[in-house]
Amino acid sequence: MGLDVNWALRWLTLSAQAMAEHREELIELDRPIGDSDHGENMDRGFKAVMVKIAEAPPETAGAALKLTAMTLMSKVGGAAGPLYGTAFLRAATVLGETADIDAATLASAFQAARDGIVARGKAESGDKTMVDAWTPAVDAAASAAGDSDVHKVLAAAAEAAEAGAVSTDPMLARKGRASYLGERSIGHRDPGAVSSALILRAAAGAAE
Amino acid sequence: MTVNLVVVSHSDKIADGAVELAAQMAPDVLILPAGGTDDGRIGTSLERVMAALEQAADANSDGIVVLTDLGSAVMTAESAVEFMADPSAVLLADAPLVEGLVAAAVAAQAGADAEGVKEAAEAVYRPPAAPQHAHEHRPPEATGDFELVNQAGMHARPAAKIAGGLSGMDAEVTLNGVDGASMTELMMLGAAKGTVLHVEASGPDAAKAVDYLRGLITAGFGEP
Repeated sequence: MGLDVNWALRWLTLSAQAMAEHREELIELDRPIGDSDHGENMDRGFKAVMVKIAEAPPETAGAALKLTAMTLMSKVGGAAGPLYGTAFLRAATVLGETADIDAATLASAFQAARDGIVARGKAESGDKTMVDAWTPAVDAAASAAGDSDVHKVLAAAAEAAEAGAVSTDPMLARKGRASYLGERSIGHRDPGAVSSALILRAAAGAAE
Repeated sequence: MTVNLVVVSHSDKIADGAVELAAQMAPDVLILPAGGTDDGRIGTSLERVMAALEQAADANSDGIVVLTDLGSAVMTAESAVEFMADPSAVLLADAPLVEGLVAAAVAAQAGADAEGVKEAAEAVYRPPAAPQHAHEHRPPEATGDFELVNQAGMHARPAAKIAGGLSGMDAEVTLNGVDGASMTELMMLGAAKGTVLHVEASGPDAAKAVDYLRGLITAGFGEP
């Protein structure tokens, strides 16, 4: 059994809940190395996604992710808008009209999402950005996809993203507002990597 | 018909202010602001940027050039372009917002194509060209010496008129050694009233360029 539109809708709902729950934490992470708006922006963005879904419930997972992409790009405001927007849009393109998403397709969708973030933000691994959560998640998902079990793919991606977020602590920021701080960015966890891990954990939670 | 411009900023006020400033020097160019979020906060909005791009595309135009401020404005602009019916009609200029926009507006006003407008915006980044080596130096085909007679001397509006007019001509022109097509370099001359500008021009339109500058400078750019 693969994943369907109900999984996608639960994923987005759990993501919205996670952003609301971790709003203050993300704001606190963003305060020393950014403009302290990440928590507020993500919370507002996903709340807007919930409204859009309620207005016109999407019929496929691909359509749900595309709606999410457009909404985040318009409502988030900060850099996270176009970055997550592009991620969800590229993932939606991989899913297309698929009604039953298997492990390989899911891993490809995550990879497309990561590639979209890299293309849009021009960040590389080690730059202290959300890429440092996504790249290990994509790699872990690809390895786990061999077992053809979507649950394993989701769990592996979530776990790797969480470890990836923690790995940004000692990094020197090379992209975004934090890069203006240079050495002073060391010792802080990247808020975008944390929100990415929350979203990938929500994806796993939605399949349980 | 000219190239249309779109200004993407995190701040509504910056976008509006930059448009207001540039419009002074380019009355015939459509310049659209897309600043801030839908609900009036600091940030950028795909919807706003797309609306401005669509308006610019609907108006008869020779293409669209987008100026942006900080990083995520660039990302939002790139995303919006991907959604356009004809992404190839839109060019993103990698230039400082205010200076780049003014240079782009002046070039568009003078009839430059989209590539030329983008190039004009990006040229404000570059330091003035190093003096040419003697062996590369060709004698100019037309020259002239004209005294600045207007009270304010060389400032933004005269520089815009010079750079704007020259951008429509096929000639390499220098004024006291700086590139006549670069508004920034002209302004950096800091030339006051009474300064004599030595003009050297080469290329098919060399004589026309010198005549144009003679008319403009000796008439004080139409200023007191």
